[in-house]
Amino acid sequence: MARRILLPVLELAAVLLLVSLGVFLLLSLVPGDPAIAVLGEGRTPQEYDALREQLGLNDPLLVRYGDWLGGVLHGDFGTSLVPPQTSVLDRILSALPVSAQLAAMGLVMALLIAIPLAMWSAYHEGGRADRSISAATFGLLSMPSFLVGLLLIAVLVNTLDLFPRNEWVRLGDGIGGNLQHAFLPALTIALMEAAMFTRILRNDLVTTLHEDFILAARARGMSPLRIMVSDALRPSSFSLVTVLGLSIGRLVGSTVIVEYLFALPGMGKLVIDAANQGNYPMVQGAVLVIAVIYVGSNALIDRSYGLLDPRTRRARA
Amino acid sequence: MMTPSDGPLLVVDDLHTVFHTPRGEVRAVDGVSFQVAAGETLGLVGESGSGKSVLGRTVMGLIATGPATTVSGQVLLDGRDVHALKPGQRRQLWGPEIGMVFQDPMTSLNPVKRVGTHLTETLRRHLHCSRKEATERAVDLLNQVGIPEPVRRLTQYPHELSGGMRQRVVIATALACDPRLLIADEPTTALDVTVQKQILDLLASLVSERTMAMILISHDLGAVAGRTDRVQVMYAGRTVEAGPTRTVFDSPDHPYTDALLASIPQLSDQPHTVLRTIEGNPPDMTRPPRGCRFGPRCGRADDTCTDLMPALVAVPDGPARQVACHHPLLSIESLEPNAPLTEAGHGR
Repeated sequence: MARRILLPVLELAAVLLLVSLGVFLLLSLVPGDPAIAVLGEGRTPQEYDALREQLGLNDPLLVRYGDWLGGVLHGDFGTSLVPPQTSVLDRILSALPVSAQLAAMGLVMALLIAIPLAMWSAYHEGGRADRSISAATFGLLSMPSFLVGLLLIAVLVNTLDLFPRNEWVRLGDGIGGNLQHAFLPALTIALMEAAMFTRILRNDLVTTLHEDFILAARARGMSPLRIMVSDALRPSSFSLVTVLGLSIGRLVGSTVIVEYLFALPGMGKLVIDAANQGNYPMVQGAVLVIAVIYVGSNALIDRSYGLLDPRTRRARA
Repeated sequence: MMTPSDGPLLVVDDLHTVFHTPRGEVRAVDGVSFQVAAGETLGLVGESGSGKSVLGRTVMGLIATGPATTVSGQVLLDGRDVHALKPGQRRQLWGPEIGMVFQDPMTSLNPVKRVGTHLTETLRRHLHCSRKEATERAVDLLNQVGIPEPVRRLTQYPHELSGGMRQRVVIATALACDPRLLIADEPTTALDVTVQKQILDLLASLVSERTMAMILISHDLGAVAGRTDRVQVMYAGRTVEAGPTRTVFDSPDHPYTDALLASIPQLSDQPHTVLRTIEGNPPDMTRPPRGCRFGPRCGRADDTCTDLMPALVAVPDGPARQVACHHPLLSIESLEPNAPLTEAGHGR
């Protein structure tokens, strides 16, 4: 029992340590001087040097990493170098809910689109519906997300005037306004993800539908819909669930384009802005949080295979 | 077992199942007819690729027809044309009227569904009973197929059961709604030899208890020998010989049946006896021989066999015996029915 809990936690810690070290080293290679980022151009070398000393930038790399890691373990992610010079953690905690909500809504919508489409497609394997859906998803996958977003804005906001164009409303400030704002960016994400999900699930469903137990279920008089939902879906969802796990991590950290397009204060925007400004404590903190979510969601997905397939469950002691 | 009642339950008349493949037409079932009465067991035998499994599925109406697959001929279950029914009506037959036992119990149960669910969903679908009733019936069914601790088995998954136990579960699901016809498609092929006999005996006893009709599809002549009333020998999509099992196996009329029977190893054989086989291979089904399908592998074949397809006709070699051969191995040689055969052979 202890092994089953302890081992994954240790694994998780090791992965996070490596990720944070990697980010730290990479950032130290990035050209540009944080001191200039903070003070701006045109100061005396002494001023820059004093600040570097104050920030600990003159220490050896590993010492700096140790200092940063020590702070993180105490809940101190440091302070933003760029004004407003507030706590990194506060900034992350204000951006994270936006990204998390976007990712969650996007994924739920994507699944709502993808599962019925994949079923329809697989049921009519090789038929006209299957080929149309395949072409549509392929087209969507080959479109960049900003194009999808722009098209949605052009049609749904500018032409049909279905959605508001003012600032982001936080979830705490009224759920109606929030959902209204979140819907379009979430739909942009959902369409891209749904295209991938549909293709993956459709292929696995087609394979499953050729299995003997599907024929056996038909021979017991089960309806096609029931067979699809109750017999075929679960054994076909392994690839989908795996990709879903990767999507969670990816969407929380890298929906930058969608965030910019819809002016959303999310994690992607936070990281990119910070990176452009040489605001390294911010980048480090944000990347660490994203990594935690990435690794955590995949660890959860790993656990979930047992729910999908009883054969992978370990014997209960 | 031998009491056919008033009128046959199942009438299959001139059934064809044709797959249109890129390589050409494959006539997997090519003009097969037979009847099965309630309480009667028919054996369909033949080697792999002879069309027996496709025949079983076509009889049931399970074959999805479309541009790639066409079915013609009639399957009458109790007078109803199975292939003329709408899909929804046909599904009403599957379970309460016709049940099917599949070849491989490792793959014919859903690996992510509990054993009990397989049974209860079938029961609830057709008998519209409550969850509780369905569970009670499921326990009862598992008892009937000889599964110990049925209550515990209900919550187990298929992989937690042995192959023989799984096939018992498959049989229980097929019998759940008391079908009048059971089609058992190679029900023991995937099982250990010791388990095979148990399963065949179980099937035979369940069928006779319920005066069900059964079609036992098998390539194993031994499996069919003691447990069927009549046997129909298939070769390359066609019936080559049909008749009461005992007389067919005692004195086969068709050279193919004869060769099949001769290739069964006997316990009385000396050790290291070379096993007898049938020379050659079954024909390429996209280009079957013009005449007798078995002609190229047959020792008795002559020019007639190459040119003319023999029709299945009654022979006076015993009651209800039929054979499709120009030169059958009749025990009463004087009655060799050559003339009517060539005449009937122009059909297809």
